[in-house]
Amino acid sequence: MLVSAALVLMMTGPGLALFYGGLVRRKNVLSTMMHSFILMAVVTVIWAIYGYSLAFGDGNSFIGGLQYFFLNHVGAAPNPDYAATIPQQTYMIYQLMFAIITPALISGAYAERMKFSAMLIFTVLWTTIVYFPMAHMVWGKGGLLNAALGGKIPCFDFAGGTVVHITSGVSALVCALYLGRRRGYGAEPMKPHSLTYSFIGACLLWVGWFGFNAGSALAASPLATSAFVATHFGAAAAALGWILAEWVHNGKPSMLGGISGCVAGLVAITPASGFVKPFPAMVIGFAAGLLCFFMVTAVKARFGYDDSLDAFGVHGMGGTLGALLTGVFATSEVNDGFKDAAGKTMALGLVDGHAGQVLNQSIGVLISWALAIVGSLVILKITDLLVGVRATFEDEEEGLDISMHGEEGYNFEA
Amino acid sequence: MKKIEAIIQPHKLEDVKAALTAIGIEGMTISEVRGHGRQKGHKEVYRGMEYQVDLLPKVKVEMVIPGARLDEAIQTILKAARTGKIGDGKIFISDVQEAIRIRNEDRGEGAL
Repeated sequence: MLVSAALVLMMTGPGLALFYGGLVRRKNVLSTMMHSFILMAVVTVIWAIYGYSLAFGDGNSFIGGLQYFFLNHVGAAPNPDYAATIPQQTYMIYQLMFAIITPALISGAYAERMKFSAMLIFTVLWTTIVYFPMAHMVWGKGGLLNAALGGKIPCFDFAGGTVVHITSGVSALVCALYLGRRRGYGAEPMKPHSLTYSFIGACLLWVGWFGFNAGSALAASPLATSAFVATHFGAAAAALGWILAEWVHNGKPSMLGGISGCVAGLVAITPASGFVKPFPAMVIGFAAGLLCFFMVTAVKARFGYDDSLDAFGVHGMGGTLGALLTGVFATSEVNDGFKDAAGKTMALGLVDGHAGQVLNQSIGVLISWALAIVGSLVILKITDLLVGVRATFEDEEEGLDISMHGEEGYNFEA
Repeated sequence: MKKIEAIIQPHKLEDVKAALTAIGIEGMTISEVRGHGRQKGHKEVYRGMEYQVDLLPKVKVEMVIPGARLDEAIQTILKAARTGKIGDGKIFISDVQEAIRIRNEDRGEGAL
């Protein structure tokens, strides 16, 4: 579990930092890396003070209580509700890594144009108002959507399709629309400045994702292996799906397409990873590769929003697709941990003959979309009133590395 | 004194340098530049965003040599830099009024 926790942290830094850092222009490379890195510090602090408690404390259907405030009562003793075989402190630090990467994913939408102070305020409020409640609803004891611990609408989300990817991806779209396009968008070239960085970042994400998904079994169990396998197969099929679509559409298969596809597949398989067999995993991945390619090329161009690094197209849409398909392909052959009142193993998804799960998944998706849209809008408005969300024209032209941080990524005179 | 500016294919730099050194011309300044003459560029696509790239990477070799060695130097560069395809580059020649070595203020051809 500790190794899994470390792997998930590696996804944020250096994984996501390199992936996003390579996709921006060279004048914004450090600010983009900083968006990921600073959350490794900021979210950690608020997690210790109240985050873990709000997400995993005993509370109501929507938010946890305060009994773990300042990590009170979080020690070596396991919390049998969540993971009976590991110290609660292990569970706590593992879950923290998810709370770090989720807001970091949003930075893909506001990269290259958001003020750093605004980014900090937005993220602290967002993690508090959107992430902690959503994590509680899906994974917290008594949460509205918790399938294992008494939720009214049992929704399967093994490792964070709704909690992580829909909330971040949809909030990313709200950010892109609220902030407006980068200056010169569509007129000036905005090519990725280093796809070699992005490649390294994406491959670190792929590896780190094993900690994310297999680790979500919360034990060294057959289920962890199954989730590992599904994750890998989903990523592979998605990379091929995107590359194929690109090859047919543009005449050339690109490396950027390959790594974008693999990330899309990893996103989509996340909620399903502990519930589906290898071939359905590949179906989910392949579909995500095609859908996300369509989103970031055709749909983004059609509507003209500037989701700088496609956080919505990949995480929002990949997460939504994955959450819905989990309801289709989830099977008790993979995960027999759900028992009915008589102790019999329950049918999980449509393939098990439980069509109602698709509806439950849809409700989960709708709730996470709604919370992300409303929450992000309100938080952006508050942030805007406090400090203004957008960098000035001069700051944006000069690049956020110099204007926000007083440093440059590449010093040729040094 | 004449100044030669040769804009050549990056992969031809080593050949040009070696050929010039072989005839005893050693001082030169190299820069990585971008440009285009009649050569057409190419299309790049990043997640559906298309860019037409007309300015292609070239290397510019600059040197100042005694006027008497001009023809010899030009022939050497032409031979070493040529592939025969579009995009091989161009050579520009201009007069140089003065050359001064900063270390000891030598002037003229002696400073080259």
